[in-house]
Amino acid sequence: MATKASRSSARLMIAPAVILLLGWMIIPLGMTLYFSFLRYNLLQPGLAPFVGWENYYWFFTDPSFTAAMWNTLVLVGGVLTITTIGGICFALLLDRPMFGQGIIRIMVIAPFFVMPTVSGLVWKNMFMNPVNGIFGQIATGLGFQPIDFFGQIPMASIIFIVSWMWLPFATLILLTALQSLDQEQLEAAEMDGASWANRFWFIMLPHLARAITVVILIQTIFLLSIFAEILVTTNGGPGVATTNLTYLIYVSSLLQFDVGIGSAGGVVAIILANIVAFFLMRMIGKNLDA
Amino acid sequence: MSIKTKLLTTAVGFGLSAGIAASAMAEEITIATVNNADMITMQELAPAWEEATGNTINWVVLEENVLRQRTTTDIATGGGSFDIMFIGAYETPIWGAKDWLTPLNDFADDADYDLEDVFPLVRNGLSANGNLYALPLYSETSFTFYRTDLFEAAGVEVPTAQPTYEEFAEMAAKLHDPDNGVYGTCQRGKAGWGENMAFVGTVANAFGADWFDMDWNPQLDSPEWNAAVTYYVDLMNNSGPPGASANGHNENRALFKDGKCATWVDATSAAGDVRNPETSSVADKTDFFQAPKQVTDKGTGWFWSWALAIPASSKKVDEAKSFLKWATSKEYFEMVGESKGWVAVPSGTRKSVEEDARRLEAAPFANTIVEAILSVNPADPTRDPVPYTGVQFVAIPEFQGIGNYVGQQVAAALAGQSTVEEALANSQKFAVREMTKAGYIK
Repeated sequence: MATKASRSSARLMIAPAVILLLGWMIIPLGMTLYFSFLRYNLLQPGLAPFVGWENYYWFFTDPSFTAAMWNTLVLVGGVLTITTIGGICFALLLDRPMFGQGIIRIMVIAPFFVMPTVSGLVWKNMFMNPVNGIFGQIATGLGFQPIDFFGQIPMASIIFIVSWMWLPFATLILLTALQSLDQEQLEAAEMDGASWANRFWFIMLPHLARAITVVILIQTIFLLSIFAEILVTTNGGPGVATTNLTYLIYVSSLLQFDVGIGSAGGVVAIILANIVAFFLMRMIGKNLDA
Repeated sequence: MSIKTKLLTTAVGFGLSAGIAASAMAEEITIATVNNADMITMQELAPAWEEATGNTINWVVLEENVLRQRTTTDIATGGGSFDIMFIGAYETPIWGAKDWLTPLNDFADDADYDLEDVFPLVRNGLSANGNLYALPLYSETSFTFYRTDLFEAAGVEVPTAQPTYEEFAEMAAKLHDPDNGVYGTCQRGKAGWGENMAFVGTVANAFGADWFDMDWNPQLDSPEWNAAVTYYVDLMNNSGPPGASANGHNENRALFKDGKCATWVDATSAAGDVRNPETSSVADKTDFFQAPKQVTDKGTGWFWSWALAIPASSKKVDEAKSFLKWATSKEYFEMVGESKGWVAVPSGTRKSVEEDARRLEAAPFANTIVEAILSVNPADPTRDPVPYTGVQFVAIPEFQGIGNYVGQQVAAALAGQSTVEEALANSQKFAVREMTKAGYIK
């Protein structure tokens, strides 16, 4: 058992690390909060007067704000749905013995290692461009009108690209979980006459529950801040069709150079992300206890 | 110590000190530039300046939008990351007036440099409060690129005088042949104040629209704007390529050079590239006529200039000035002509270059470009009087934000995501909000 002296020396020794970590987090956070109360526009330098909640008013009344919130939800929800369901399907497929299993697994995982900007550009220019892209060429070749992906279905296109990147992650986690499933249990169920659907629904899926929660938690944190894929493909448009919260903050800070409103947006995003994280942590906590 | 040793020691000492002096004088300057063809040529030729002066260059090459963000942030915060920046006719007067740039008036007294040789329109566009703040590499307006072979094959008459946009739409419709991979017209659709709004802004001018009235009230919900944007959306839907809302200058340039567009209203600075047989499949089949007019011919061709400026925060002003002088001098243009061909010489800045027989022989269209550039008047860009200067932009700091937003809304109307009325109503609301925030509207 630790003595009083050893406890205080431990505290003393751990203090530098704690202070460094706190500073690492608190200084930028404090500055964001501070700037969010100043009228601070890079294009109108000089005084940056304290304006109270004015920047928050401008941010919440931004004509793109409602669309940005909705788009953020649609983007996160869409990608989570596709990657979770797709991930389960891929995991089930890859779990089966097959020829060249190792190579196939690596190929399925590969998209996760492509940088977001690169994948955005590749999909935009090589595949989805209606004139020169592969999809457009195929459609024209078959006598159909090519789809203008980023003009007609911009959000669905972004969801598709982001899902393509995140599907391997979900597959990997779910496959690992699936492989830890006791095969005897499945064989016993099969001998008892349980159909594949029943085995999946009553044995595999409950077994995957924890892994699914982990996938949802980790992906949500990253998906809330999707940016590069939007920047290189649609620039938040057409209109505000693909403007999410992160992109709106970028527009305020770096296209309108309004540091005050951008910071207010940053604070709003931090609060929203924390609310989401709180609920998710409760969810995962419950799941892990069960 | 013998005399021989003494002499040797002195010589070595002298050599050493000279070496130290030389290395103390040699500096590294950092230049932020855009990845356009003329600037890439400059990078290739810059070792000549480095060798002559002993200085070295750290190039920071960025895409236009990113360059604008980096340079604006750096200069506004006095970051001092760059000694030279490539900026345009929009930023220069605004930044100059804020004393963010080093005045370059001493170039006027430099007989060698011959500033008088630079077109006055270009000089004025890069000045503020009587001070010159940037030296131009090239300047441009917009005109219509067209395919002579397609016009002939379709029996469409090439206009000899400035056509109207209505006539232009008729031509484009006749030339539109998507089954054979040729679109009647390719125009900018990618959102951005420097992208789609450069073209749409000039169409709006032609239709008699303006951004603000004399009291700085936004006019985006006016019937003139509606007529202009409706025309633009209809033109692109009827005779444009699919996915036009993703096409900016570079995308359209590629489409045109690839033979996929019958017409294209865009920057005169692209003419050299399009007419260069080494880079274009339609080099010998392309000619030009003026950008169309409609209810007025004012502001129907834009004005832009890419120029080099020195931020006030630079600590190496002398070296930066030396580079500026080299990179925009008559000798530099000569060097480009000799090494890259006279068709590739940056256009629209120096009278002597545009009148050079070698340039005229290689680029017979050079005169058309110069005439088009000199016909632009950024101080009087619209049918009705306006409080601002700038043809395709409004020379106020707030314009970037407003122009980008309106550009997005117009792109949404083009992509069919909203109606023209909705797009312009949203734009008006946004512009009123921004102008109120900035204190123009009380």
